Amino acid sequence: MDIHEYQAKALLDDFGVPIPPGGLAYSPEQAQYRASEIGGDQWVVKAQVHTGGRGKAGGIRLCQSEQEVWNAADEMLGSRLVTNQTGSRGRGVYRLYVESVADIEREIYLGFVLDRATERVMLVASAAGGMEIEQIAEEDPESMIRVVIEPAVGLQAFQAREVAFALGLDASLVTEAANTLRACYRSFRDLDATMVEINPLVVTADGRILALDAKMTFDDNALFKHQRISELRDKSQEDPREMRATDRGLSYVGLEGDIGCIINGAGLAMATMDMIKHSGGEPANFLDIGGGASPERVAKAFNLVLSDDNVKGVLVNIFAGINRCDWVAQGVVKAMQDLDIQVPVVVRLSGTNVEEGRRILEESSVSLITADTLAEAAEKSVAAVHEEVSA
Amino acid sequence: MSIVIDSGTPVLVQGFTGRIGSFHSEEMIEYGTNIVGGVTPGRGGTTHQGLPVFDTVKDAVSATGAEASIVFVPPPFAADAIMEAADGGLRACVCITDGIPAQDMMRVKRYMRRYKSDKRMQLIGPNCAGVISPGKALLGIMPGHIYQEGEVGIIGRSGTLGYEAASQLKAEGIGVSTSVGIGGDPINGSSFKDHLAAFEADPQTQVVVMIGEIGGPQEAEAAQFARDHMNKPVVGYIAGLTAPKGRTMGHAGAIVSAAGESAEEKVEILRQCGVTVVERPSEFGSTVRTVLAKIS
Repeated sequence: MDIHEYQAKALLDDFGVPIPPGGLAYSPEQAQYRASEIGGDQWVVKAQVHTGGRGKAGGIRLCQSEQEVWNAADEMLGSRLVTNQTGSRGRGVYRLYVESVADIEREIYLGFVLDRATERVMLVASAAGGMEIEQIAEEDPESMIRVVIEPAVGLQAFQAREVAFALGLDASLVTEAANTLRACYRSFRDLDATMVEINPLVVTADGRILALDAKMTFDDNALFKHQRISELRDKSQEDPREMRATDRGLSYVGLEGDIGCIINGAGLAMATMDMIKHSGGEPANFLDIGGGASPERVAKAFNLVLSDDNVKGVLVNIFAGINRCDWVAQGVVKAMQDLDIQVPVVVRLSGTNVEEGRRILEESSVSLITADTLAEAAEKSVAAVHEEVSA
Repeated sequence: MSIVIDSGTPVLVQGFTGRIGSFHSEEMIEYGTNIVGGVTPGRGGTTHQGLPVFDTVKDAVSATGAEASIVFVPPPFAADAIMEAADGGLRACVCITDGIPAQDMMRVKRYMRRYKSDKRMQLIGPNCAGVISPGKALLGIMPGHIYQEGEVGIIGRSGTLGYEAASQLKAEGIGVSTSVGIGGDPINGSSFKDHLAAFEADPQTQVVVMIGEIGGPQEAEAAQFARDHMNKPVVGYIAGLTAPKGRTMGHAGAIVSAAGESAEEKVEILRQCGVTVVERPSEFGSTVRTVLAKIS
């Protein structure tokens, strides 16, 4: 689960990470009030959206007067911010964060990630702050500092100091920098994060360390431990279809194609999508309805997949293991009778009681196309969608 | 022979008396698995499905001589159950539970390192379908009837895609020595590489099918292991050609987040390491048939 910058900063502040003074605003008036509250004569107004690349897309505005703050807020609120990471729909801007402007001397990249190779939390830092980590890895890989953290004891002071020295920080700043690194690590560990990124972490002209931006991602599987974190979910930042899926306990990822997919099991779902691609089609979504594939879940899945207007056909691929194909077939038939489906539906069942399942599909009154193998299912759905498009 | 479990391996069920544990225990017993009892803290001294229930793994091991366990404990308590199994002296543990926090698993892996490698329990999963040695024993949730006994080892992350592969093999008349699901989580127990090594040493296994997916470094490490340390041919497939970068495709571990983690990149690494690549997921059966024909 992702959260907003202002939320991440509040959490990090609790752990002792220094952040600039700032405040949240839902309206231009509030933004202006925040600016006067913060004081000074320069502010940044930052769109709170779950995506990176805000600066280049106009989501971060530097303002020299309270009136400019009001104007920037008025323009940004209610708009959709399209960045290089959002896709063409962009993300709606409904919250702004107004922050005082720091006098920056240098910028540092700091990130904590779950490293799968070592099965440990890894600290990644670079003196080339401000750039995206992928860009640093590509253009300046030598500058990347990596420290693997032993889970039993956490990030040690000497490790944090080593990083600070390797970044070339002035000796007077090393203790504060090391404390900041350790505070970030504790937030990662205590809140079950999967990513904490401070980009940039800055040294100010008056010799302070500040987290200028902050991004935190949390482990969905650990949210049951952290009520306070789950409450930070902002549904306005989610794809509406994915949001509905999450709320229904289904796993869904929307894509750009036109063949809707209903499959049980994540691996089989990915493989079926690959098969569609090999057959010349494009999947509209990833959808894993789970190992059980009960009739209720099949019906919910149809609803969800068909809520995408791009869908010109549906492919159902269920491998019945512990459950039975006849039961799944009844679910498919019932869903199709109840839902008045206008696009071609290809159904492929395999596994337990497959003959009985196929008989139920064939004898039913609903119009569907059956397939026996994975290849046949993909080919038939691609062909059906082609006919649909040319008809 | 087979790997991980064989007919006769005495097995404990952790989370025995729960709904899911009960259901799958019945299926496993019916398949012929030697289940000797279960563990449910607080239910020790009772019986369930005609078998003894214990409060702790240690009690159960000393009373039954169990060598392996299968975990059906809910996600908040599953990491604890795995550590209890490791401490109880079991040789192998399969964790079916889906949804264990990644940092819990990180601590489990760290905890298991307190045992010397020759005493260390082998963990399979979590978030997996388990292990089946067809005709011998089932330590998992897969439908036994789709597997025919034979000479092909299967290692995969996904449950249903593993079933798909096994049923394609059966349709070709090809059987399976053992099928292992290593699970779809980012931090898991045993890896592709661990099981490749076991299959290389298993006399029943002639060919190994490795069913990988996007995300993480394990498939590439396994391919390099196959190149450097294996004589038996390895057939590989990587799911997720159409997956966009940075999105989680169902399995918490199925996310392309670093260089070398996309399907194309992994397929290329497999190829360079001499693994026979299954081009399309409809071609598991035909690819294995071709490879078997070459070695016989």
